[in-house]
Amino acid sequence: MTTSNGAPLERSSGARAGSDFPLVFETSQPGRRAWSLPEAGDSSPALEDVIPAAHRRRDPPALPEVSERDLVRHYTRLSQRNWAIDVGAYPLGSCTMKYNPKISEEAASLPGFSGLHPLSDESLTPGALELLGVLEEALCEATGMSKLTFQPAAGATGELTGLLIMRAFHRSHGEERKRVIIPDSAHGTNPASVSLAGFQAHEVRSDERGLVDLNALRDALDADVAGLMLTNPNTLGLFERDIEKIAEAMHEVGGLLYYDGANFNSIVGVVRPGDMGFDIVHLNLHKTFATPHGGGGPGSGPLAVSERLARFLPAPVLGWDEGAERWFWDEDRPDSIGRIHSFHGNFGINVRAYCYLRSLGPQGLRRVAERAVLNANYLRVLVRESFPTVYEGTCMHEFVATAKPLRKHGVRGMDVAKRLIDLGYHPPTVYFPLVVEEALMVEPTETESRETIDGLAAALNQIAEEAATDPDLLHAAPVTTPVARPDEARAARDLKVRWTP
Amino acid sequence: MGTRGNLDFSPHTPSDETEMLAAIGVASIDDLFEPIPVHLRLARDLAVPDALSELELIEHAGALAARNKGASELTCFAGGGAYDHYVPAIVRAMVSRGEFATSYTPYQPELSQGVLQAIFEFQTMVCELYGMEVANASLYDGASALVEAVNLTVRATKRERILIGGTVHPHYLAVLKTWTSGLGFDIETIPFEPDGAVDWASVDARDAAAVVVADPNFFGRLEDLETAAQRAHDHGALCIAITDPTAMGVLRSPGEAGADVAVGEGQAFGNPLTFGGPYVGYFATKLELVRQVPGRIAGETLDSNGDRAYVLTLQAREQHIRRAKATSNVCTNQTLMAIASAVHMAWLGPHGLQRMGEICARRSGLAAAKLAEIPGCRLAFEGPVFKEFVLETPMPAKDLIGKLAERGYLAGPDLGRWYPDLTDHLLIAVTEKRTEQDVDGLAEAIEKALTER
Repeated sequence: MTTSNGAPLERSSGARAGSDFPLVFETSQPGRRAWSLPEAGDSSPALEDVIPAAHRRRDPPALPEVSERDLVRHYTRLSQRNWAIDVGAYPLGSCTMKYNPKISEEAASLPGFSGLHPLSDESLTPGALELLGVLEEALCEATGMSKLTFQPAAGATGELTGLLIMRAFHRSHGEERKRVIIPDSAHGTNPASVSLAGFQAHEVRSDERGLVDLNALRDALDADVAGLMLTNPNTLGLFERDIEKIAEAMHEVGGLLYYDGANFNSIVGVVRPGDMGFDIVHLNLHKTFATPHGGGGPGSGPLAVSERLARFLPAPVLGWDEGAERWFWDEDRPDSIGRIHSFHGNFGINVRAYCYLRSLGPQGLRRVAERAVLNANYLRVLVRESFPTVYEGTCMHEFVATAKPLRKHGVRGMDVAKRLIDLGYHPPTVYFPLVVEEALMVEPTETESRETIDGLAAALNQIAEEAATDPDLLHAAPVTTPVARPDEARAARDLKVRWTP
Repeated sequence: MGTRGNLDFSPHTPSDETEMLAAIGVASIDDLFEPIPVHLRLARDLAVPDALSELELIEHAGALAARNKGASELTCFAGGGAYDHYVPAIVRAMVSRGEFATSYTPYQPELSQGVLQAIFEFQTMVCELYGMEVANASLYDGASALVEAVNLTVRATKRERILIGGTVHPHYLAVLKTWTSGLGFDIETIPFEPDGAVDWASVDARDAAAVVVADPNFFGRLEDLETAAQRAHDHGALCIAITDPTAMGVLRSPGEAGADVAVGEGQAFGNPLTFGGPYVGYFATKLELVRQVPGRIAGETLDSNGDRAYVLTLQAREQHIRRAKATSNVCTNQTLMAIASAVHMAWLGPHGLQRMGEICARRSGLAAAKLAEIPGCRLAFEGPVFKEFVLETPMPAKDLIGKLAERGYLAGPDLGRWYPDLTDHLLIAVTEKRTEQDVDGLAEAIEKALTER
C-alpha cells in the first residue's frame, strides 16, 4: 500500500525484505582496502625508534578490510533500511521531528566554521564568536532570560547544568537544599539529572486535568526544596495554566523554577518562560531550532538563566567588549559552577540553529508555534473517535491519545504503532507518558502538510476498524519492513553487543 | 510577514489554514492558545534579527565564516584534544545522507535497522581498538565519557575515592569535577614527574574506586598503563584509560595493558574540528560491567521470522525506564558522529589505521627533533610520545602562537593557560596531514618569530 506519505521502506531499499543483511565485517577480505594515505617515510625516524617495544601493538585491530565501492554500497544500503524526516512523516511525540533545512547543513560545513580549532586564540575566530553572540541574544530574548551557556551538548546536560546552578545559588545563601520537585509526567532525564546532581527527586502527581496538582505541590514544598523542573506545555501536550500560582508557591519557599525546553516549539514567540516566572531554561536546539537528530544525536542544549543566576554559569561565557566592539571568551567567572563540556559545546549544531533563526525572523518564529499547535489540534480532531485523548480540550503542539478502547479486541498500543508502519508512517511515541494507559503521543510538527496529516489520520482510523475486524493483521505487523518485530527479550537475555567471527 | 524571508518551512496555504481551523471548530489560531493566560502572552514580536532569504543567508554565513582562521587557512599543528586529521571523502558523502542525518533515536527497530546496525558495527570497532568486550553507542565527548566511566567505577566498587593522573587533559579534569560536584567524590590528582608522566609505581590505590590514566597523556607522553592497572587491581580498584583511538594501530590497547574501562575522544575519526563540537565520546569496558554502562547499546537478536535484527538493548539501565535510578541521565548522544567514525575506521581497515598511526608517531619524532634544534628551544619532557609533544621556548608561548598565526601556522595551546609554571611551554601536534615540508616551515617560522622580537 502506498500513501500520500510515500512507499514503505522496503520499496526503496536495495535488500529483500526479511533477508539477512551482512555486517561490514562479514564482507571483509584480507588484502582488500579502501584507504589511501601517504608513505610514512621521508627522513622521519623509524617507528621502533619513537615507540618503545613495551608500548607497541603486535597485531592491528581487526577492522574490516573492504573496498571503497563496497563501503559506499554498505552504508548507502544501511541508510535505505532507515526511516527519516527526509523519507516521510515522523510524528513522534515529544521529539519534534520536523523538517531540517538543507541551507543550515551547507552553512555549517563552510571551512571557516568546520576548520576552527577550539583552543585557538579568540583573535582568530571573531566570526564564530559573533554568530554565537547573536544567537545567545536571540535565545535569551525568546526565553525571557538574561545570559546563557552553549556548553551543554544536549538537553540532559542542560538539566544537570541548571541543577548545579540551583545548588550554587542556594549555597550562596548558606543553604543546603536536598529535594527537587518533578511532576509524574516528566521526561526520564529530569529525575536522572536530579540524581546525578546529588539531589533527591520528589515526584508530585498530576491531577484530573493532566496538570500539576497544586495541592500536592503545596504539600511538597518547604525550605528543603531547591526547585521544580517543569515542561510547559507538559508531556501530555497541555499548557500548565496555573503556572503563575506554581511559580509563586515555589518562590515563596525560596525555590527556583526550571523550564525543560523539550516543548518550546509550541510557545516560541507567543509566551516566554521568563515571563511565566521561570529562572532557568534549557532549549533543545535539535527540536525547536530544527537541527537534524542524526539517528539519536548530536543535539545542543544551551542553558539560559535569569540575571541573578548568571554569575554561576559554566565558564567561559561570551562577553561583549564595548570598547573594542567584539565578542570574547570571559574566563573571569569566580562563582562559576565550572566546565561542562570539553570545549564550547556542539558549535556545528549552533551554527545550524543560527541559520534557522535567521531564516525565520521574528514572525516566522511565532508561526512555528502557531502551525505546530494548529496541526496537532487538527490531527487530534480527525482521530478522536478512534483514539480519544484522556484530558479534555485543545492541546498544544502534541496530544496524548489512548489505544485503550482497542484492548477489548486484544490490540495494544504497540500493535497500532506497528500497523502504522505498514501504512507508510512512522509511529507516534508509545507508552509515554507513563500516566496514560496505552499512550500514543502524537506530534505532527508544523512542517507537515494538511495532506500528510489527512493521510495519517485516515491510516489511524483504518487501524481502529481493523482492530475490530482483523486484529491479527495488527499483531503480525509490520510486514513491509526489512525485519519483522525483533525479540527484545532475547536481545537482553542472549546478550550480543558486538560482532565476533 | 514580509516576503523577504518567507522561509518558515510550513507547507500550508491560506485556505489550508482556514479549513483546518473550521475542522477543529475554532475561529482563529489564537483561540488554540486559550490555556495561556492572556496577560502572559507576548504582545509584540520577538526582538530577534529579521528574516533573510536563503541566498542572503548563505552569503551572510559565508561572510561570518570568512572572518575566522582555522585549519583551512593556517597549517595546523594545534592539539590538546582536538586534531586536524584527514577526513576521507566517503565519510561526508555517507553521513550527509538524509536517511541517517534526519532520523531519530532507533526506538522503532523495524524502521531503524540501518542506524542500529551502524551502531552495532561502531561498537564492534571501538571494542577492537580498545581491546574491550562491550562499547556503547557514544557519549557527547571525551570529557563526558570520562565522567561516565568514573560514575561506573563508583557504582561497581561502592567506593568514592578517585585517583586521577595530573597529565589528564585539564578540561576533562574540570568537567569531571563539575559534573560530580553534587556527589561528594574524593578526587585526588597525582602530580606528574619532571618527565611529563606519572610515577604509577608509587601510587597507593587503597579504597579507590578508580585509577585514571591518560595514555597518551595531555603532553603527548606515553604512560605506564600496565603499572597503573596493576596498582589499581592490587587494591580492588578499577583502572580507567583515556586513550586516543588514532593511536590504536601502533600502540597496545588499554585492554591489553589491563585497563577495565577505556574512554576517548573520537573526533579524529570522521569529524572535522568545528570549534570543539559536535565530537563523539567513546566508551568501552568488560562484559562483566555491561549492566553499569551508561547510554544506549545496540544488540543483536532475531525477529519474529527468525531473521537477524538489531535493537536497543538493556534499556532498563536508562533514564526513560529507570528514571532517578538510571546509570546516567544521557539521552541524546552523538550517533551521527559515531557513524562518521565507523565509516572512517572501516575505510582505514587494520592496515590504514597502522599507517595513520605510523605517520603521526614518526613525523612527530621528526618534528620534535627539528624544533628542539632551534636556538633557545628544547623538548620540555624526555620520553616517548605518540603525536604530540611539548616545546619549551624562550618566549611566552601565548605570544609565540600569535606570531606563528601571522606566519600561517596554527600551534598550541600554550600550557600556561592551565599550568602557571609552564607559560613558556607550547603544545605541538603532528597528524598524518602534516608533511616534512610543513615541519620545516614551522621550524623556520618559530626561529624567525624568536629572532625578530
